[in-house]
Amino acid sequence: MKNTISILVENRPGVLARIAAMFSARNYNIDSLSVAETIDPTISRITCTAVGNDLEIEQVMKQLRKLIDVIRVVNFTTANGDFITREMVLIKVSAKERNRAEIMRTSDIFRAKIVDASRESLTLEVTGDEKKVNAILELLQPFGILEIARTGQVALSRGGRRLIDKHSGSGKSPVLRGSNHPGVR
Amino acid sequence: MKRRTGAKIIFEGFLREGVEVIFGYPGGAVIHLYDELINHPQIKHVLVRHEQAAIHAADGYARATGKPGVCLVTSGPGATNVVTGVVTAFMDSIPIVVLTGQVATHQIGNDAFQEADILGITRTCTKHNYLVKNTGDLARVIREAFHIASTGRPGPVVVDLPKDVITGEASLENPERFEIRGYAPVTSGHPGQIKLAVREILKAKKPVIYAGGGIIHSGSQEELLALAELARIPVTVTLLGLGGFPGDHPLFLGMLGMHGTYAANAAITQCDLLIAIGSRFDDRVTGKVESFAPSARIIHVDIDPSSISKNVTVNVPIVGDAKNILTRMVKLLKEHGDVWQAARKPWLKEVRQYAAEHPLCYEPSKDVIKPQYVIEQIRRLTGGQAIIATEVGQHQMWTAQFYQFTQPRTILSSGGLGTMGYGLPAAIGAQVAFPGRIVFDIAGEGGFQMNVQELATAVQYRLPIKVAILNNHSLGMVRQWQELFFDKRYSETSLDVQPDFVRLAEAYGAVGLRADHPRDVVPCLEKALSIQGPVVMDFIVDPEENVFPMVPPGHGIDQMILAKPDKKAKKVVPLTFPS
Repeated sequence: MKNTISILVENRPGVLARIAAMFSARNYNIDSLSVAETIDPTISRITCTAVGNDLEIEQVMKQLRKLIDVIRVVNFTTANGDFITREMVLIKVSAKERNRAEIMRTSDIFRAKIVDASRESLTLEVTGDEKKVNAILELLQPFGILEIARTGQVALSRGGRRLIDKHSGSGKSPVLRGSNHPGVR
Repeated sequence: MKRRTGAKIIFEGFLREGVEVIFGYPGGAVIHLYDELINHPQIKHVLVRHEQAAIHAADGYARATGKPGVCLVTSGPGATNVVTGVVTAFMDSIPIVVLTGQVATHQIGNDAFQEADILGITRTCTKHNYLVKNTGDLARVIREAFHIASTGRPGPVVVDLPKDVITGEASLENPERFEIRGYAPVTSGHPGQIKLAVREILKAKKPVIYAGGGIIHSGSQEELLALAELARIPVTVTLLGLGGFPGDHPLFLGMLGMHGTYAANAAITQCDLLIAIGSRFDDRVTGKVESFAPSARIIHVDIDPSSISKNVTVNVPIVGDAKNILTRMVKLLKEHGDVWQAARKPWLKEVRQYAAEHPLCYEPSKDVIKPQYVIEQIRRLTGGQAIIATEVGQHQMWTAQFYQFTQPRTILSSGGLGTMGYGLPAAIGAQVAFPGRIVFDIAGEGGFQMNVQELATAVQYRLPIKVAILNNHSLGMVRQWQELFFDKRYSETSLDVQPDFVRLAEAYGAVGLRADHPRDVVPCLEKALSIQGPVVMDFIVDPEENVFPMVPPGHGIDQMILAKPDKKAKKVVPLTFPS
């Protein structure tokens, strides 16, 4: 199963390398990864998606929490509550005279933007969840996709909750760390 | 505020942390730190002969004392030479602060002379590591490094120090308060989980305690003894757990796992409740996991949440410090009075029967020295009071089996990584910490030769370490596997060409002794113990001797080779246990 994991980390050099090194040293795979500063400039948010069974993902979570520079980790896929994910993709499609209208119609249906055009190609900017992005890629496939660039998923929980509460200190409270909690394996 | 150099700030940090000794080796990138060292005569520096020995010595010091070891080396090759020791400490959860020199910040990344990306190299084998880029951060980083190394699940922390950070100046702030928001180890166990564990113990008919290095790290040997005696639960320990429970106690089953006792492995196979404390279900312990404690419910106490349900899924996880959790468990159990006296009788009888059926044994000889005999005599002559370091291999397993450790922090052995060359420097670290105690390095001739240069260190600091080489002229453990599982096709395991260890010891200024007959063993040991300085004893032992029992690789611990297998029948016979 694909898991969407959100990680708040110290915004310091080398922290991304630590996360990536842990994944590779422990033989886990990252499918996508996106990193950027949060509203608090000392904290960055890493969103990554990883495929694995429950036990593997539980180990990933524990190993992430073990890293000193990791402040908070949540697996949106298994956590209570709904969450939203978005990804942005730039798609360069081969666009011959006879295909242009069809490509632009497809773009409209998906509320994509055409951000670049040349005699042979159109470049679309699409934002959406994974399903939507995959759907438009499939529809554009027959025209000839020349290149794509994806940002990787970002995610946030729905509603007013936040990953880190200013008043709760480290956010690595014993119960939330997982293993002590009877309900969490 | 007065400004100070980075070097001064680092040493003031050492003093604040109570550092007594540094194991190190100088070089260009740390030359200013070595200059500052002269101003601090209260901090002893031990000059080793190879950086790998510096970190193993710091490791031995930490294992023997419980205090974090400190290691100081230069950049580039100095730093890369400590990597094996960093991983050794990481695998066995040993607190060490490793300071490595680094080229100046403006040179980093330029392939400068003696530059190595030690931060990148040690990222996945340290508990944490730092590259300090500003002198102003030094005081805080030193404080944090010691804190991280020695709290929670202990481990090595590398602090990389560019030359200009050491020589730069900053005003010293006393970082009495610091916050690491991403680091808050859980120490006190969840009360609900502890209650659940107690309920399991009350319910169990055949419980076994399986204790590891966590008992030693948390100093909870007394609490463990209290739990075992109160609820009358037999105890088995891992290699790193040796000394955490008295080896001569009637409830002690011996070590478990690949070279564990029949009693320990049989008890694990038959138990209905496994209480794992500060142990991590290592593959050398579990064998094939499907056959490990197949009918047991499992309680797992560990300070590291990632150790829990990593290899084996457990029923009652308790994250926290073993001392704290065991104390509370014992308290809760006491409320139930002594309900175990009668209830445990059949189980303890069964377990004692296992021990009686197949005790640890070897065939004594009048003509050739049996390695186990040497270990037994070391045990007898030191009254079990010595600190014993080992290298890795057959002698290590025989030491674990036959020394009967009774006190914590008396065995220094690389368990997780299995680092040959560890023993002699680790013995140096322990002897520096305890000049008055007897410290042995029980070694094979292979491992001993991997850091033999440290004899010079032992001689220089007048460290009366006794090295007992159990010399079988081969890489015995690999040879044993080749004998048993590769049809005696011995490939590159002969060490027939070797130095004359007696003369080698003498060349270093130590004393060399040799014994090649059983009758010479005790006189040789007695003589060594009467000598004030370092002694190397070369015991020429039976080259055919193997370590048994043995769980063949890939098998479960319910299948063991108990003694030298019949030459015709090489197959491993699964043992049947009375049901």
